[in-house]
Amino acid sequence: MKEIMLGNEAVARGAFEAGVKFVSSYPGTPSTEITETIAKYKEIACEWAPNEKVGAEAAIGASIRGARAMTCMKHVGMNVCADPLFTVSYSGVNGGLVFCVADDPGMHSSQNEQDSRNYARAAKVPMLEPADSMECKEFARYAFELSEKYDTPVILRLHTRVSHSRSIVHLGEPAPITVKEYVKDPKKYVMMPANAIGKHVVVEDRTRKIINDCDADPKVGIHQLEIRNKKIGIITSGAAYQYVRDAIPDASVLKLGMVWPLPEKTIKDFASKVERLVVVEELDPFLETEIKALGVKCEGKELFTLQGEYTTRLVQRALTDRPLPVPAFDVTDLPLAPGRPPVLCAGCPHKGLFLVLHKLGVNVMGDIGCYTLGALPPMQAVDAVICMGASVGMAHGVDKATDGEDSRKTVGVIGDSTFLHSGITNLMNAVYNESSMTLIILDNSITGMTGHQQNPSTGLNIRLEKAPQVSLEMLCESVGVLPEAIRVVDPVDMAETEKVINEELARESVSVVIVRRPCALIPTGKAVKGINVNVDYEKCKKCGACARIMCPALVIGEDHMPVIDTESCNNCGLCVNVCKFNALEKGGEA
Amino acid sequence: MGNLEASIVLAGVGGQGTLIAGKLLGILALKLGLDVKVSEVHGMSQRGGSVITYVKIGEEVHSPIIEDGTADYVLAFEEVEAVRWAALLKKGGVMIINDQQIKSLPVLMGQMQYPDNIGEALKNGASEGTKIVEIPALDLAMEVGTSKAVNIVMMGALSNYLGVEESLWKEAIEEAFASKPKTIPGNISAFEKGRKAGA
Repeated sequence: MKEIMLGNEAVARGAFEAGVKFVSSYPGTPSTEITETIAKYKEIACEWAPNEKVGAEAAIGASIRGARAMTCMKHVGMNVCADPLFTVSYSGVNGGLVFCVADDPGMHSSQNEQDSRNYARAAKVPMLEPADSMECKEFARYAFELSEKYDTPVILRLHTRVSHSRSIVHLGEPAPITVKEYVKDPKKYVMMPANAIGKHVVVEDRTRKIINDCDADPKVGIHQLEIRNKKIGIITSGAAYQYVRDAIPDASVLKLGMVWPLPEKTIKDFASKVERLVVVEELDPFLETEIKALGVKCEGKELFTLQGEYTTRLVQRALTDRPLPVPAFDVTDLPLAPGRPPVLCAGCPHKGLFLVLHKLGVNVMGDIGCYTLGALPPMQAVDAVICMGASVGMAHGVDKATDGEDSRKTVGVIGDSTFLHSGITNLMNAVYNESSMTLIILDNSITGMTGHQQNPSTGLNIRLEKAPQVSLEMLCESVGVLPEAIRVVDPVDMAETEKVINEELARESVSVVIVRRPCALIPTGKAVKGINVNVDYEKCKKCGACARIMCPALVIGEDHMPVIDTESCNNCGLCVNVCKFNALEKGGEA
Repeated sequence: MGNLEASIVLAGVGGQGTLIAGKLLGILALKLGLDVKVSEVHGMSQRGGSVITYVKIGEEVHSPIIEDGTADYVLAFEEVEAVRWAALLKKGGVMIINDQQIKSLPVLMGQMQYPDNIGEALKNGASEGTKIVEIPALDLAMEVGTSKAVNIVMMGALSNYLGVEESLWKEAIEEAFASKPKTIPGNISAFEKGRKAGA
């Protein structure tokens, strides 16, 4: 039976075939579809965790109890769960334990371009890297075996091109889900110095054993030796392997399945068989550094960039004289294509808030989500974005740097899901350390940017079943924010939003403004009774105020007057609120 | 078993169904017993943004990406997208353009110009042996009752050039829409209209 599967779907299939019992993850592009696909296998316990550290720790608990478990994340999520990763490397596992991480070379949807392979070496955990969907499935399945065989967590490393490409997968028979016996073993699982000192020795021995086993049997490391023309030999892995095969079809290739630790003898043997050895890898010179440390001479980053995704053309240019393909057009002869930048959707609840912040001219410590787009024109309201949850801490830091003075003109802005991910600890800190900062929580009742995943404040679980719901108001109050300093507004009412933000900026203690309106694209958002908008062309003064909200559903015609595109309008009424001349009118409930 | 080898670019605007067209081509490749890779980028929530899907079919497909000057076919679901991705088409390739125009926000805001006569510019700029086909895919889709069928109209136009039997395309359509059987007759009709228009 074969199917065309997304790399991420194939990882889920592989975990299913391996008999995984439990998967807990936080969404993050390009990893999200793995856990979403797992949720379709009803026999697997599957959940969204509030952050990657929580997901990893839940998976570790399941593994200790004897179940095969997995946690999935994007590359920056691995930073969040690095703490448990480094120590579960020492304790080892009971049921197979897999950390699946998806890197994003080229930063299609990320704030940095870090190379997760460094985590494998730093945490001393074996890492597998598939190159297409079939390998995603096979490697995922194998990762659980490897984990149990060597008593170690295993990292499965993907990247955007593998995660988000579809290719043919041959389905296998799923193994039954079994939960192993649990036997108390504090020497193994209680990582205090007396035990951990001994375990560090075990970890180093384990790595040595894996290297030796990989050299003895290429199947252990799923390494693939392809001897063709011996003038050039290439060591590569993952998507880079595909570009190498297209660019220099006759080159000899050592394709690594396990990218850490490396098979020392296999690499030395390969090097001795070819005249010229080149390492082709995206991002850091990870394999190259390791290979050079073995005393093997090779070329690498002197030929290739540290940045972005590789291509066949890039490899071909660096390593061959073959002519490049001839295009159909000289594109300089063609008209310029106007851009289609990502925009906040029609009816997006974030828009009203950012227009208010733009008007107030405050400094905005931003965060990760759709609302990062608040940094783009026309709002241009965001000053800084670093990582999940940082808005709250940064706003507090601004407060402390100015002895509270700049808290009169600075806000932190964070979404509901990001606040629960890692904003709440920052808020606790701000209250405890007597900040006077103002935090704005954009509560759109969903994790929007990654494609609408649920979180603890939405009242639904990953399978869209009813779930207990965290109240943001009660949560803020519980860490010490004064009840009167917790305000709730609707961002479509810009006048009220502005008034409340001004009041809270003036307050000399921590305040939280919850800007609440569900995302216009989710069922609860669509259920909000909206209004139809009519245009009264007699009253329009062509002032352009409605154009400045940059709503995809509001088009400016050739006469400089607005036209509402009723197909794409989500009936929020924001445009009505910005028109001073009442030319945009409420035309009844939508 | 077929001996088809093709690199096909599907370029459009979010919501135009390029992903489903990519899946359909994947099913077609499976029916031919060939290897296939379909690559898509799920970026920041680019609703209304420019979207591109690469489909590569052959005996053995390595890289999932189609690079400059290597596409056998560029299917532009919108006029300006034809210009944006024109560099991908190889000399002697075929470009199929839906004459629909979807203006992006910078154009709507008057900050940028939507180019005039895109079809003409592409025809004039194309090197010898390169074929430019323009079809009114949106109008044809509306004839079967829904703008959603634009993607299948485009597939119909492509079917003139790919050298795969019409019956196999129709089987692939039936399979692709198996979960929504009511839409199959409309999609078959959309396919036929596209096939006629793009010939």
